[in-house]
Amino acid sequence: MASNELIERLHGIAGDAAELAHDLGALAVDASRQAGGTLATSGGGAEHMSSPLIVGLTVFVLAVFVGYHVVWRVTPALHSPLMGVTNAISSVIIVGALIAAGSGAGFSEVMGFVAVTLASVNIFGGFLVTHRMLSMFKKKDRSAAAGKAK
Amino acid sequence: MSHDLAALLYLIASVLFILALRGLSHPESARNGNRLGMLGMAIAILTTLTQLQEFNLGLIVAGIVIGGGIGTFIAYRIQMTALPQLVAAFHSLVGLAAVFVAAAAFYNPSAYGIGTPGAIQLNSLIEMSLGTAIGAITFTGSIVAFCKLQGLVSGKPVTFAGQHLLNLALGILVVLLIAWLCVSNAPAAYWLILVVTLALGVLIIIPIGGADMPVVISMLNSYSGWAAAGIGFTLENNLLIVTGALVGSSGAILSYIMCKGMNRSFFSVILGGFGGESAVAGGGEQGDKTHRAGSAEDAAFLMKNADKVIIVPGYGMAVAQAQHVLREMADLLKEEGVEVKYAIHPVAGRMPGHMNVLLAEANVPYDEVFEMEEINREFAETDVAFVIGANDVTNPAAKTDKSSPIYGMPVLDVEKARNVLFVKRSMASGYAGVDNPLFYMDQTMMLLADAKKMCEDIVKALEH
Repeated sequence: MASNELIERLHGIAGDAAELAHDLGALAVDASRQAGGTLATSGGGAEHMSSPLIVGLTVFVLAVFVGYHVVWRVTPALHSPLMGVTNAISSVIIVGALIAAGSGAGFSEVMGFVAVTLASVNIFGGFLVTHRMLSMFKKKDRSAAAGKAK
Repeated sequence: MSHDLAALLYLIASVLFILALRGLSHPESARNGNRLGMLGMAIAILTTLTQLQEFNLGLIVAGIVIGGGIGTFIAYRIQMTALPQLVAAFHSLVGLAAVFVAAAAFYNPSAYGIGTPGAIQLNSLIEMSLGTAIGAITFTGSIVAFCKLQGLVSGKPVTFAGQHLLNLALGILVVLLIAWLCVSNAPAAYWLILVVTLALGVLIIIPIGGADMPVVISMLNSYSGWAAAGIGFTLENNLLIVTGALVGSSGAILSYIMCKGMNRSFFSVILGGFGGESAVAGGGEQGDKTHRAGSAEDAAFLMKNADKVIIVPGYGMAVAQAQHVLREMADLLKEEGVEVKYAIHPVAGRMPGHMNVLLAEANVPYDEVFEMEEINREFAETDVAFVIGANDVTNPAAKTDKSSPIYGMPVLDVEKARNVLFVKRSMASGYAGVDNPLFYMDQTMMLLADAKKMCEDIVKALEH
């Protein structure tokens, strides 16, 4: 008696499981279809897995950590060159300026041109003044010769 | 070029920027790092150009050539003593460029794929207005810092009643304006944000005094990074976000190091007003103490017969342009068999690492230059400490006198040396307006003269 009941119940559970598996399969197909759909409409690329803001935020937070660890390792003697370099690379904003300058739309193009010019001052000025600073840092043995050459 | 390839190239540029910063852990690797940074920037610019559909190449090249020419000219002409001003000026340009890019995006959002004029996506509007606000504050704030460092306006803090309340009110106003912009897309809101934040930039920096400038410059450095990151969010460009974050955290760390070097909280520096009025209070006690004044010949005699001399340079050396003749003096001493070292306080000078660059410019080898923690215990076994143009960073009252405004600030243990030579223009107190007990100690000899003149005289005396 008891064993019969048990078998019956097991059958029931097996049936439920099969149904569930079927549903899951259908869901998976559905999901992949939807994913394919979004990929197709966005013209390919994985950036639509989450919103661009979240992706950007992820990159941002991770980059802050990278910056934190890299900058703490900078020797205090080179803090001035560090400012020079960070100043130069923050002018990577020129990327945005180039898009505006290339937009071909009156006001925006003028803004872009001015921004490209300003950022270029910084890029060239920043990297070169850093180069100048760094080329002055010399070790003991070479300093005497360099002093006379000047 | 496909979007994916461009994104990969941007990634390479980001990595190159990180390597550029990493290189700065040592002077030898730093030069290479700087080159990697340049390479990264070139990759970034070229990649962006391939992404533009149709564009006026002539206009872009003109911008780069004009800007690059000016930048190159300035970089090679600038005197190393004027470095802090230069960096402040450069920061202002980054801020202004951020404002222009944001304005261009606001008026032509379709070029950036963030909507159409009058119907820009909400998150883009927020990012854009933050980029504009931070950029504008960086711009005018850096200009004020530049004017103070260049001596165009007084380095003294400018304070007035209700200053902090006014700043707070303006800050709240900016938040309200951003909300208005998000709701209405109105150009008027955009321009009002710009105007208010431009004013805010001036108001934030004017109450901060001259010697707090290392903190201010680091802070503006940080702001210029956050502005770039803000624009990066608008453009959905990871390179800008990464670079902005790197620069932002770098500036923040430098501000922290500078504040620690002065034992002051970041907020007390930002709220400003330090070193203005208290100068009068400190002046009163000076009269009843005596100091011993000496001549260049005395100093030369003392140092020539010493085994070990530690030189403590400060901003006064930079002002007098005394670093070259100082190195000559050190060379002569070394010929006499004297061991010469340099001790640098973290906040000496007007920007982080300023003294190191000035000494390097004068061909002082970097392995003779030491940070405060490295060298402080050596003063006890030093015959002569030669303090030139520094004051507050040597003040022993910071260790003992709890009533002193600079109590708790880490200082160089100059008073432990057997003899102290103090080059100073007059007996006036230093920036913090605090009297320095070191002047009146038995082992101290005051050399009252211009730093450069005094070093020249010592060199003459040593040559005889």
